[in-house]
Amino acid sequence: MSDTAAAQPAPKSNQVLRDIMGGSVVISILAVVLALIAGGILIALTDPGVQAASGYFFSRPGDTLSAIWTSVSGAYGALFQGSVVNFGATTFANAIKPLTNTLTFATPLIAAGLGVGLAFRAGMFNIGGQGQMLIAAAAAGWVGYSFPLPYGIHLILAVAAGIAGGAIWGGIVGFLKARTGAHEVIVTIMLNYVAVYLVSYMLRTPGLLQAPGSNNPKTPAMLPSAVYPDLLGPGFNLHAGLIVSIAATIFVWWLLNRSSLGFKFRAVGQNPNAARVAGIDVKRSYITVMLLSGGLVGLAGVAQVLGTVTSGFSSGIDAGIGFDAITVALLGRSKPWGIFVAGILFGAFKAGGFAMQAGQGIPVDIVLVVQSLIVLFIAAPPLVRAVFRLPTPGVASKKKPAPKQIAVAAK
Amino acid sequence: MSSPLSASAASGTNLATEVADPGTRATATQHEHPDSSNGLEKTIVKSYKAPIAFAIFTVIALVLFVVLGRDGVSTFRLSNDNDLIQLPALGVPTRIAGIVATVLLAVIAVLAYLRVRADRHVPLWLTSLFGVLFLFGFLAWAAAGQTLPVPGLLVGTVSLSVPLIFGAMGGVISERVGVVNVAIEGQLLAGAFASAVVASITGQPLLGLVVAMIAGALVSFVLAAFAIKYLVDQVIVGVVLNVLVIGLTNFLYSQVLSKNAEVLNSPPRFDRINIPVLSEIPIIGPTLFRQTIVVYLMYIGVAAVYFALFHTKWGLRVRAVGEHPQAADTVGINVSGTRFWNVLLAGAIAGLGGAYFTLGSVGAFNKEMTAGAGYIALAAVIFGQWDPIRATLAALLFGFASNLQNVLGIIGSPVPSEFMLMLPYVLTIFAVAGLVGRSRGPAASGRPYIKA
Repeated sequence: MSDTAAAQPAPKSNQVLRDIMGGSVVISILAVVLALIAGGILIALTDPGVQAASGYFFSRPGDTLSAIWTSVSGAYGALFQGSVVNFGATTFANAIKPLTNTLTFATPLIAAGLGVGLAFRAGMFNIGGQGQMLIAAAAAGWVGYSFPLPYGIHLILAVAAGIAGGAIWGGIVGFLKARTGAHEVIVTIMLNYVAVYLVSYMLRTPGLLQAPGSNNPKTPAMLPSAVYPDLLGPGFNLHAGLIVSIAATIFVWWLLNRSSLGFKFRAVGQNPNAARVAGIDVKRSYITVMLLSGGLVGLAGVAQVLGTVTSGFSSGIDAGIGFDAITVALLGRSKPWGIFVAGILFGAFKAGGFAMQAGQGIPVDIVLVVQSLIVLFIAAPPLVRAVFRLPTPGVASKKKPAPKQIAVAAK
Repeated sequence: MSSPLSASAASGTNLATEVADPGTRATATQHEHPDSSNGLEKTIVKSYKAPIAFAIFTVIALVLFVVLGRDGVSTFRLSNDNDLIQLPALGVPTRIAGIVATVLLAVIAVLAYLRVRADRHVPLWLTSLFGVLFLFGFLAWAAAGQTLPVPGLLVGTVSLSVPLIFGAMGGVISERVGVVNVAIEGQLLAGAFASAVVASITGQPLLGLVVAMIAGALVSFVLAAFAIKYLVDQVIVGVVLNVLVIGLTNFLYSQVLSKNAEVLNSPPRFDRINIPVLSEIPIIGPTLFRQTIVVYLMYIGVAAVYFALFHTKWGLRVRAVGEHPQAADTVGINVSGTRFWNVLLAGAIAGLGGAYFTLGSVGAFNKEMTAGAGYIALAAVIFGQWDPIRATLAALLFGFASNLQNVLGIIGSPVPSEFMLMLPYVLTIFAVAGLVGRSRGPAASGRPYIKA
């Protein structure tokens, strides 16, 4: 680990190798482990069985330990069985059903995470996922239920409307930042609330989004022609939104690593002043990246209304994904494939969390705790290194006498 | 991760100074300019933002109050039945009130235009007068044929504003010392949770207040540790901390509190204390001087923060560290230490605001009971231009907007309630976009200080 860290000036092609060996992946895994341990402690402390057994801890400590083991292993066992493989299932299809649930939950997380991550790379902090998703959901949903169109065209149109809705909501932020210097963090937070109230107003107003003949703030069901097709048949929740999310991942990878626009974004993100001197239109980059970011987050809103909840939606359709996306992007280190993996991991947490709540009676909120702890630990590698007593790359490398040789060897 | 954001924040600050509004410059005496290289700062730039904004609102008034004017009599009830001094209810014909308000608004807009053309700034009192007049016209229009209970409107405003003001004070201190405090929401929620549990167990609401401060400071401790020691981006830590506190309190609420609510989640509430004489002043008395101890603490707190920030050695150091940490370091101020302790203090103050939810207004802890108040407090900090008094006024405005929505909901509002609720957020967007005055935070806010 310390060897390759010394090879800091190595060429760009060594990026992946350096990332793996340089500790960031190791740190990520250790961060997940640390967060799970902390979550386990929390589960054990609040478990009634553990509390009862700890009352006579000094006479029979074994009871307390076994109660802790029962509660924690039961919780994480349920989490695993709810998100990956259900061992109790009789058929193969039922056994892998949790995995498909995980992928269903991951679909919007990946799309929104890509949006947030892309903005990160250009130095913009998009906390407005909630608002962008809501506006996108409203736009896609409105196209999805209001006029019948042929199969295929309808779906494409609804998806496009959703992307456009998210892009506009994100674009406002980029525009204000470029024109007036308004800080995007504040503007996105504020636009979240504006979107919440705007959409809830539309949802309870007949003629806008409310289903005709209903008093509930809910839209009509989507028309079948606008719904993402099921990937594995009607028995599973998994829908074609996953393919869209995978395509979006490839697109963002291409954009960031192979296109000149992506190069500009990264240059602006690294140092806007240097980018300006180099002739890059920084303000225009802010607008473009926020349009794209909003559009990608909008894709998550589309996945919700056209894939997961097709029977009409209400104001809670964003399901906290806009905020989860920030943690996904941070865990994935703002890299497209990193975000993809992180999205699947957090999708597994979501799917498993509900199973855990149903099976073990442990509130699903523990997942929020674990998720946020993961991000905190990942954001502070020195902390994780200190906990696990790992060497610090920069410090250790000084002892190595010949960094030149290592750089050559790494090639 | 920290470099792109701080770099972008820096460029954002530059932009904000370029479009600085001369209208507010004269009043914003407490702002130091960190680098005097910007010579343009001294030259007066004509900014027509204020007159343009006034004109837009005058047109809105014209459409709403005159073109779409409603007939009838709007009655403003000025006292409650049990008040010592009874004021008669004020009844105004709706349409005439609307026309008068619109004409006066137009006059102010023209006045503002003339002042800017003569290279003079638009004074704050003129803006305030404009706001009050617009509000009067709006209330008269909304309450056509109805009675609007003014005392109830104001009492509710204070009640909704208390946590916002505490949160905003926490935000002001933290940002003035150079650490962006997005975790206000988490601090409020932690304070609410801790105070509910401790006050329920001990039966002592005062003890609940103390524990709320500790809980808020604890959230701040994590923020400070990650932001100052590990140099993690402060906004990221703040957002994640909010999620963490929401997750923790939700989990503990479902797992522990709700199963044993009588013992753990039925805190005693503070009694209202009527201040003699003052509480009998019409309108002001019931609004400000028939409150709980938390509210009186808030009055003291705002005054103390204002005085300490601008008139003590501590305040000078705090502002120096937030504006120019290198300079502060050079003259021997411990930058990291100052930041650390003041972020803790900010968390403690915000925690008090959380206690108001459980010990003052609602009475028992509930999942996510702060419901975004921390983010509104953050908005108040920015809308109030990082100044304790202005931030308090901004928080009151936000509290008023949400309470107005409640009151208008009862008497039947012509405006959908969602749009009233949206108002604070839209105003904040205008504020940060520089349309309402200038928005420039402490220069080094959000940037970690790495000692060379």
